[in-house]
Amino acid sequence: MSPSEFLPTVWFCAVSVLWIGYLFLEGFDLGVGMLMKLFARNDAERRVLLNTVGPVWDGNEVWLLTAGGATFAAFPRWYASLFSGLYLPLLLALVALIFRAVAFEYRGKIVSARWTRAWDWAIALGSAVAAFCVGAMLALTTTGLPLNANGDRVGGPFAWFTVHAVIGGLALVGFALVHALAFLALKTDGEIRRRAHAAFVRWMPLGILPLVAWVIDVQLHGSKWWSWALTVIAAGAALASWALARRGSEGRAFLLMAIFLATGAAAIFSAVFPVVLPSTLDPAYSLTVGTASSSAYTLGLMSVVALIGLPLVLAYQSWTYWVFRKRITVGSIPTAHNVIPAFLVRAVTGGSPEGRRRAAEE
Amino acid sequence: MDALEIARWQFGITTVYHFMMVPLTIGLGLVVAVMQTVWFRTGKVEYLRMTKFWGKLFLINFIMGVATGIVQEFQFGMAWSEYSRFVGDVFGAPLAMEALLAFFVESTFLGLWIFGWKLLRPGLHLAALWCAVIGSAVSAYFIIVANSWMQHPVGVTVVNGHPVMTDAWAVFTNNTALVAVPHTLLGALGVAGAFLLGISWYHLWQRRRDGIDTVEEDGRVIAGENPGLPGRDRTDHRVWLRSLRIGAVVAMISFAGTAVTGDIQGKLMFVQQPMKMAAAEAACHDGTSFSVLSVGDVGSKDCSNVAALIEIPGLLSFLAKGDFTTDVKGVNSLQDQYKKAYGTNLPNNPIYGDRAGEPIQYVPVMEVTYWGFRMMIGFGGLAALAAAVALYLTRKGTVPQARWLMRLAVVGILAPFGANAAGWIFTEMGRQPFVVAPNPSLAGSVDQVFMFTAAAVSPGVSAGEILTSLIVLSSIYAVLMVVEVRLLWRYTRGGVASAMPELAETHGDGDGKQSDDVLAFAY
Ligand code: HDD
Ligand code: HEM
Ligand code: HEM
Repeated sequence: MSPSEFLPTVWFCAVSVLWIGYLFLEGFDLGVGMLMKLFARNDAERRVLLNTVGPVWDGNEVWLLTAGGATFAAFPRWYASLFSGLYLPLLLALVALIFRAVAFEYRGKIVSARWTRAWDWAIALGSAVAAFCVGAMLALTTTGLPLNANGDRVGGPFAWFTVHAVIGGLALVGFALVHALAFLALKTDGEIRRRAHAAFVRWMPLGILPLVAWVIDVQLHGSKWWSWALTVIAAGAALASWALARRGSEGRAFLLMAIFLATGAAAIFSAVFPVVLPSTLDPAYSLTVGTASSSAYTLGLMSVVALIGLPLVLAYQSWTYWVFRKRITVGSIPTAHNVIPAFLVRAVTGGSPEGRRRAAEE
Repeated sequence: MDALEIARWQFGITTVYHFMMVPLTIGLGLVVAVMQTVWFRTGKVEYLRMTKFWGKLFLINFIMGVATGIVQEFQFGMAWSEYSRFVGDVFGAPLAMEALLAFFVESTFLGLWIFGWKLLRPGLHLAALWCAVIGSAVSAYFIIVANSWMQHPVGVTVVNGHPVMTDAWAVFTNNTALVAVPHTLLGALGVAGAFLLGISWYHLWQRRRDGIDTVEEDGRVIAGENPGLPGRDRTDHRVWLRSLRIGAVVAMISFAGTAVTGDIQGKLMFVQQPMKMAAAEAACHDGTSFSVLSVGDVGSKDCSNVAALIEIPGLLSFLAKGDFTTDVKGVNSLQDQYKKAYGTNLPNNPIYGDRAGEPIQYVPVMEVTYWGFRMMIGFGGLAALAAAVALYLTRKGTVPQARWLMRLAVVGILAPFGANAAGWIFTEMGRQPFVVAPNPSLAGSVDQVFMFTAAAVSPGVSAGEILTSLIVLSSIYAVLMVVEVRLLWRYTRGGVASAMPELAETHGDGDGKQSDDVLAFAY
């Protein structure tokens, strides 16, 4: 094979790896976000949940940006058609990610029940919507959009809204929820750990169901023996994860969830290969690894950069997880600290009468 | 309005907004890292306090930069799919590298810094911050390489009508980028300088107003303390005075640096985008004078009624060429030159939609380029001048009692933000009607690459969709701006104690000792 045939395939694998990295890592912090409303019972528990992902969520999110950026660099036509075709769901995802990011940082900056509650909703809804939209996008890139010869979507702003999109959206939401429960069982202690573990055992089969449906959906459109093989491994990993969790083995259950995700996603990507974005109008319009990719020169350059960059990222991100390996409990959370508003300060120093009045009101 | 115009408004609004957060992140991050380094080396407690206080404001701002940056990354594909298809082979690479080599570093190490106060050894903890700060600068480099390629495409050949990268070295050492990067980084420092100066001024002023600090007859400043108030002690005075003076010096260095680099940029622009240079001057006719102020209808395309009120002979020529006698071409002669080289009408290609066949307007909106250029320099210069005055006024150790001066210092924080926004708006709108401006040294060659903005927008996306996103994003941005500013203001008013609760609890100098079990800086 010449580099111009070989490199696009390598980059298809690289982009898949980036997506799997994203789904695995951000999977649990999106899930933890949703669990802020579904699982945590009080403010102390919500803060425990937040702090399990506190130091790492932003780094996890960069996997999404890198997957997007790598798609742009390696397959510009794929990036252009997919992102413009899914204009509205991606807008929704952006809004969700904006609120979620800001909420993580701002939630604790003012101690007030209303403030905190508003940002809790932003985190929970933001996580759910982002997970759904990204899931839908990935499902559509594997099942297809109505694209014309130029790669532009026809059929209006909602042409993307199909049953495949819904399955994909639910797949990521469901997976993120149970993945986060497994993660919490590893990262917390005491009451939360027990409850998270019990909830994982209970909900795991249901949570991964839509993802399984998506894997099978894609296989039925077109498959190869190795994509079926990967599917079988994924199914085995899921079963094993559940069985081990029932026996109380938190660490191995989590690890097997990771294997389930990686092989499941690999099954999906390999089933559609070499197509990267099918056109549902005419297979001739489908974007493939060959037609959508950049030149061999650019791909070669990007390969060198990725070979240096990716191992580094993996190294320091793993180190970060190791630094923050300690389990967190309600007791590890410091008391909330309210910023002293200036008018209080002034009241004490005998400042303005207005300050004294407002201080009295506080 | 059609999809193209809405998409342009959206891109402009979202990037200008993103670039409200970005320079503060870059500039303040560096300043905080230096402060923590001084604390690490000397153990002086005021530097710990400075690190914590300014670090808190840094984080409040940083997250907004992250949130708005994600929009930028997606936007090329969503609204500018034709552009992405056309340039992807060259333009995607720096974007992907930015994510892989810079964003990962920034976000991961900042997480380590925020949560690592007690977990990491002090040296390692400091190193984490430095990694994040360097990550920001690296990210600026990569994104500006991408942007500079749009200003001055290099390192490509044309295959099937598309630019294909043949020389990565040329792309990554594009001379346009090599000066735009330091210019932008120095501009970012200016933002941090004014920010430090304004807020510190406010605190020093407040301490005087509250009678904590007093000034003797002979001008000596006596720093006092108020034991009833967390953090309002003698160290506090040093915190603000140091911060103020650091801020003032940084603002002055920033302006000097932007002037030097900007001068080089002007000379490049004269060669690479002569029309932008002429439009920056609203110069219709060839000449050598720089107009400080022109009256009349600057935007009129024939310049019939533009009159320069104040002109500096030779300066324009100096900006462009380094001497006083080179005639800089005006808009009129350039327009003919561009028409000859790139056509008088948009080609009859479906890619241009309804605009196919329309005459091309090669002159950018001159009100914007003319005033944008002057606002950039003017606001920057104003901030530097104010910083010099501030250094003089505070030489004895505190600020004057006048309330209006304090207000001025706080409002002055906005000036460098304005300079940065003006600089980008000038650079980007001055490039019109091209989204990828032609490289004149390739004129006529087969490797000539350029793209009209009119061809760049996504053909499959309706105006309604883009309008939806424009409205949704602008409203969210407006709300979040209010939230951010109010939060910054609240933490500012709380003083150092807002970032160091331990000051309130122990009344000590707050070395931050807490039980190891407690997460430092926890959410
Ligand atoms: C000169 C600097 C500069 C410029 C011109 C831009 N940015 Fe930016 N960007 C930064 C400098 C920066 C930064 C300083 O590195 C930020 C600010 C806050 C942060 O987290 O990093 C950032 C954040 C940031 C993020 C979030 C990173 C994260 O999650 O950590 C993304 C995806 C982008 N940017 C993308 C863009 C794109 C696509 C731009 C072009 C239109 C752009 N930025 C212009
Ligand atoms: C953060 C700093 C930046 C600011 C404030 C900024 C500002 C703007 C503005 C105001 C416009 C609208 C111009 C017009 O429609 O007339 C614009 C357009 C555009 N800019 Fe930038 N820009 C920035 C950075 C960048 C970078 C780094 C890139 C590329 C990597 C870029 C790519 C574009 C594109 C693709 C358009 C759309 C086409 C157009 O309307 O010209 N910009 N930008
Ligand atoms: C005497 C002072 C200055 C001169 C001569 C100058 C010159 C220039 C020139 C010629 C450009 C356009 C480059 C191009 O389009 O090719 C530019 C862009 C820009 N300027 Fe300035 N500038 C000065 C001061 C400042 C200050 C004080 C700031 C901010 C605090 C600033 C921020 C910017 C920004 C953000 C851009 C757009 C990005 C870029 O192209 O680098 N400039 N400047």
